[in-house]
Amino acid sequence: MSYGFTRPQQLYTKYETPQPTTCCHPVEGHNSQLTTENNSTPSMKPHNPHPTTHNEVILKAENISKQYRLGTVGTGTLSHDLNRWWHKVRGKEDPYLKIGDTNDRSTKGTSDYVWALQDIHFEVQRGEVLGIIGKNGAGKSTLLKILSKVTAPTIGSIKSRGRIASLLEVGTGFNPELTGRENIFLNGAILGMTKKEIASKLDEIIAFSGCERYIDTPTKRYSSGMTVRLAFAVAAFLEPEILVVDEVLAVGDAEFQKKAIGKMQDISKGEGRTVLFVSHNMAAVKSLCTRGIVLEHGKVVFEGDIENAIQNYLEDQNSTAHRNWKNEDQSRPKADFIELLEVRVLNKEGAIAINHSIFDEVKIEFQYNILKEGEFFTHGFNLFNAENIHILSSHDKNSLTLKESLPLGIHKKTITILGNLLAEGSYKCSFAIMRYGPFHVEFHEMDVVGFNIIDEFGDKTVRGSYSGHYPGLIRPELEWKN
Amino acid sequence: MNEIPQEEWLFEIKPKSSVFTLQLDEVWRYRDLLFLFVKRNVVTLYKQTILGPLWYLIQPLFTTLTFTLIFNKVAGISTGSVPPFLFNMAGVITWNYFTACLTDTSDTFKANASLFGKVYFPRLIMPLATVITNLIKLGIQCLLFLGFYLYFYWQGMSNTFSIYTLFFPFLVLIMGVLGLALGMIISSMVTKYRDLTFLVGFGVQLLMYLSAVMYPIALIEEKMPQLAYWVQYNPLAYIIETARFLLLQEGTVSPLGLLYTVAVTLILFLFGLVLFNRTERSFIDTV
Repeated sequence: MSYGFTRPQQLYTKYETPQPTTCCHPVEGHNSQLTTENNSTPSMKPHNPHPTTHNEVILKAENISKQYRLGTVGTGTLSHDLNRWWHKVRGKEDPYLKIGDTNDRSTKGTSDYVWALQDIHFEVQRGEVLGIIGKNGAGKSTLLKILSKVTAPTIGSIKSRGRIASLLEVGTGFNPELTGRENIFLNGAILGMTKKEIASKLDEIIAFSGCERYIDTPTKRYSSGMTVRLAFAVAAFLEPEILVVDEVLAVGDAEFQKKAIGKMQDISKGEGRTVLFVSHNMAAVKSLCTRGIVLEHGKVVFEGDIENAIQNYLEDQNSTAHRNWKNEDQSRPKADFIELLEVRVLNKEGAIAINHSIFDEVKIEFQYNILKEGEFFTHGFNLFNAENIHILSSHDKNSLTLKESLPLGIHKKTITILGNLLAEGSYKCSFAIMRYGPFHVEFHEMDVVGFNIIDEFGDKTVRGSYSGHYPGLIRPELEWKN
Repeated sequence: MNEIPQEEWLFEIKPKSSVFTLQLDEVWRYRDLLFLFVKRNVVTLYKQTILGPLWYLIQPLFTTLTFTLIFNKVAGISTGSVPPFLFNMAGVITWNYFTACLTDTSDTFKANASLFGKVYFPRLIMPLATVITNLIKLGIQCLLFLGFYLYFYWQGMSNTFSIYTLFFPFLVLIMGVLGLALGMIISSMVTKYRDLTFLVGFGVQLLMYLSAVMYPIALIEEKMPQLAYWVQYNPLAYIIETARFLLLQEGTVSPLGLLYTVAVTLILFLFGLVLFNRTERSFIDTV
């Protein structure tokens, strides 16, 4: 796709989480905070690149919450069921809806009941591609399950103007005994197509899958890659009004993934289909989606422009501007003659900082301890962006340590990343100690520190006063000449 | 729900649907899937077997043979003017249809959890496909029955088909619906309480002895009048007995008993449908 300079920058609304009290009531009569729905997010509208987009809400989630009971289903289930039933008979509310912890996997809660999703509100416009992002356990899959009617919400409702087809997995219902052709029909029908629809697209599906030769062979004889290709091909030709897609693009080889992403782009861009897309692949999300919501612990923490949603999601990752191993001698990255003690990300004033203006230089200081004299080595540094793309690598190729032995004790090495070099976003650094001649990596520690580059306007920046989407992995200041 | 006019939304996903939304129109929309499932069931069942669909015939054949040897030759149960072999085969085939419908549908949710957990289609499609698949099996077994029937007729059996035989499909329908109804009820409850799985296994076997499969109802009324109500209250006994009457003109037809059977079937079916529809909404959380 082409990144036209069209998308609005910095236009997003920090999502206000509704009051927690709303979660304890049945959905009926609970729309007080939703009355201004049709223009609640005006900021997303002004530049929608989709030609088919009308200002029409095709899907609307209101107050969606889902409660799960922890532990095993068994003892106590019957008694809780009976208690629930007894409350219902007397016309009272379900007693177990009032309790429940927020879904945080790492902390031990007090209740047996947990809210996997809590008060989820969002709207989707016709023709929009909405990305749903969040860490593992944030509630993405639960939300998709509710959207695709696999399970019902505990409270809340989803209203839709179009038929929803879901693609939570490729090859659902594939039977290994059936031939490829038979499986196309079966799988297509499971996904909601009629026999006639499938028959009319059969040739295209087979061609897309690239399995012509094996199409009348049982799929149990297929390689796993072939099965996946065939399964994705069926799904790619689904034509619902709303398509719900889970992490299904992460299948097949690189070539097929490219094809799959391309097909997804056709579906969303060319055909103007409404798509709800979940993925951990930020590059895919970025290239497919127009808007995003970020889930955290079962709640929507951000809703808005996809770039900002990704930013919001990534900033929350556990990156730190300061790592110190001085008190943890066990976990220090080390080789037999050297160990890493501390890494700091410094701003131009020399203070530890995680956020840096796009035009400011970023210094990263490594502090290590020499354990044995007489070793010759050098330092290496790698930089990755939030999508885990390897942005650059730098070897300290003229280091004195290659020729002279360092005395025992603590030493420092600092690398400077120039201002106006990196694009905005989050970055992670790795650090390595290597030997030359023969080349050998003594240790390579990933994710030692991280920092964020914050975009700004103005003469000092490459962007200048342009406010639109500014693409590119890096943003160096280059010279324009006549 | 005041702020949005009702007619604008195509549908709504809610925590609970009202009890009687059976969504049969949706089942109709997915009819292609129904037949593809039936096809899958039939095609894949005997893949990579040497005898293939012949297994459909071998099983009732040997059951019938065993019954004939034990109950008629050893125990000496009288089957009237009908050859015992044919008597038993009529019972076995119809009984098999019912049990197959019941046991195959009774683990619908559990067996298909991975499929149901990934994609939505009316869950009712699954048990319906099972019932139809078994119907095909029954059809093939009926051909076997017809073969033996002609053989015994040629050997001088006095009983013949009559106009009543045409009602046999109606009986099959009742049986299918009854099996489906019980299967739906059990499969819905199994999602939470797995105890029922064990019950179905031996329950079906015990039920056979109460369902007049290998003896006429009249016999139990004669030999054990004090326990005969076990059989008399069993709707299945009437079905089997009537099936034999329709096919062989042997035994009795109790219109009241049949009416009772139809009533029980319908009540169970409605109950099963409601329970099934309630379960399908969120069984994936408990299964």
